[in-house]
Amino acid sequence: MTDAVVVTDIRKSYGDLNAVDGVSFTVAEGEFFGILGPNGAGKTTTLEIVEGLREPDSGTVELLGVNPWPRNPELLPRVGVQLQASSFFERLTAREQLETFGSLYGVGTAKAGEMLELVGLTDKADVQENKLSGGQRQRLSIACALVHDPDVVFLDEPTAALDPQARRNLWDVLRAIQARGKTIVYTTHYLDEAEILCDRVAIMDRGKVLALDSPAALVRGLDAPTRILLQPGALPLDTARELEGVDTAAEDEVSLTISTRKPARVLSTLAERGTLDGLQVRTATLEDVFLDHTGREYRA
Amino acid sequence: MSTTAFKSLSTAMFKGFVRDKMSLFFMFFFPLMFLVVFGLLLGDSGEDKIKIAVTGDGPVVAALDQTGAVEIQRFDDERAALAKVEDGDLPAAIILRGNAIQLRFAASDQVAAGTVNGLVSGVVDKLNLSATGQPAAFSLQQQPVEDASLKPIQYLTPGILSWGISISAVFGAALTMVSWRKKQVLRRIRLAPVSAFTVLTSRLTVSVGIAIVQAITFVLVALTPPFGLKLSGSWYLALPLLVLGTLAFFAIGMLVGAFCKTEEAASGAANILVMPMSFLSGSFFPIENAPGWLQAVSQALPLRHMNDGMLDVLVRGKGIEALLLPCSVLIAFTAVVGFAAAKIFRWED
Ligand SMILES: Nc1ncnc2c1ncn2[C@@H]1O[C@H](COP(=O)(O)OP(=O)(O)O)[C@@H](O)[C@H]1O
Ligand SMILES: [Mg+2]
Repeated sequence: MTDAVVVTDIRKSYGDLNAVDGVSFTVAEGEFFGILGPNGAGKTTTLEIVEGLREPDSGTVELLGVNPWPRNPELLPRVGVQLQASSFFERLTAREQLETFGSLYGVGTAKAGEMLELVGLTDKADVQENKLSGGQRQRLSIACALVHDPDVVFLDEPTAALDPQARRNLWDVLRAIQARGKTIVYTTHYLDEAEILCDRVAIMDRGKVLALDSPAALVRGLDAPTRILLQPGALPLDTARELEGVDTAAEDEVSLTISTRKPARVLSTLAERGTLDGLQVRTATLEDVFLDHTGREYRA
Repeated sequence: MSTTAFKSLSTAMFKGFVRDKMSLFFMFFFPLMFLVVFGLLLGDSGEDKIKIAVTGDGPVVAALDQTGAVEIQRFDDERAALAKVEDGDLPAAIILRGNAIQLRFAASDQVAAGTVNGLVSGVVDKLNLSATGQPAAFSLQQQPVEDASLKPIQYLTPGILSWGISISAVFGAALTMVSWRKKQVLRRIRLAPVSAFTVLTSRLTVSVGIAIVQAITFVLVALTPPFGLKLSGSWYLALPLLVLGTLAFFAIGMLVGAFCKTEEAASGAANILVMPMSFLSGSFFPIENAPGWLQAVSQALPLRHMNDGMLDVLVRGKGIEALLLPCSVLIAFTAVVGFAAAKIFRWED
């Protein structure tokens, strides 16, 4: 597999602020790659440097084998971009937006209908952009990024500020795009979402990449204990502490929490004893990875 | 330049313009309203004639009437006629008793007094001369240069039309630029394989199209009986002025758009530029009566030259040579302002 994006040690500062401070990563063709991190981490700046919208102070970018800076008109048709602010033409309907963006790439108007279908906006085709809901606007914005059938798609926080239902609808759209063989690079500040969607993620904070791998590998690499939660009083605390494989156990008004690195062993013991009341199992998440690297709780 | 991109961008911008009822009103119907209101208020040129009270009759009255410069109001009673002058209602009264002609005028209005004195003595001298039966020693030929003394609608139409075009071109360019930059449409377009030239010319084409529609609408309205515009035979020479004028104002709009960060700031700045310019350029009132220094200032304004050119070809019936000065000024203006706008243009904030 060849790499769609190769970023090597890019830096960008605004005055004293190092917005991007030595970022490197590669994205393989067909991969769904996530850039995660809290607001101000440098996600947008990184993405826009890769897209060729901003010039890095130093470092190199190869997008589909070429340098995107300065603006390279031959590269542009192969790249689709959704900017963080959804940029639409004023007072055009959903269909007209797609037709206009398409025409910038020499795409016929027939493509607009297909795109509306892909993002589930067929029944909103004749509605003006400013009358769409937040989720519909995001989907339209993604459709506009895809209308010319690019190989690589960059999406900047497509799910930000959406309600849970709209977010899930959008996930389906993103998966459908990946199924078409596109390379997707997207940013989000929802770590849980990235864990579900992405093949690999780069977790950013303060302009640097903290960790870069598949979500599963990152979590596994933490070697963090699994926490098993039971109803308080489900079994005596001392008994719980002495079960095989249990590292620690603690109890409060809400739950009895057992930490273990052998969750299978502990769960089967608990099952044998018939003490599974109110059972919840929590494994580590990307938020724990963030905490592990920064010593701070993750706050989007 | 890609023609599909050009066409669809123009279409997108045109739809954006006509679907925005506020700016459609402000840029299109508002200037038209000015034409209608001013045209009706100032009415026809009858209002401009000097009214004179007259008692009695004779060849002098007939000759005065023929000059077309005065409107004669007849009175039976000499005292009533004089009272009108004394009260300041009329500038002068002529009292005829056989061949004795008495002219009484209000000296307070020097301009009217001078005009009336000149007119009446001229008429009387002429009649005296022909009464002697002598051939005239000097011959004088009098002919108006226009088909009529310029009725208000004749200068209002070119003036308000030029002003209307300056509004739609300046505001159109400035607001599109600011809003597209703010909403990041400019950055998004930059990521597509279209040139800045295509984007610019498509917006310019929309402005020229709007200007042509404005011109047709304004002239058609002014031609209707309540206004009674009379177009000269060389009206089609207005087309190059229309295009070049739009270009010059478009350039101003681009400059404003490049400077201002918000739509509010842009419309404020555009207003500050366009409103004084329209007064100084004689869009609503002829500038000829203004003090000399003001006229000199007005010569530096593109709208002044567009006005003058429009007036010359639309109503004065001048030929193509009348285009030379206005067109050169407009082209030079476009070049200078456009260059400045291009220098400070930004794709993003
Ligand atoms: N054009 C700019 N001028 C000055 N500072 C900027 C600019 N763009 C971004 N920054 C700063 O750089 C940092 C990273 O911003 P950004 O890349 O937008 O973060 P994210 O997308 O992760 O929220 C922020 O502190 C932001 O304020
Ligand atoms: Mg961002």
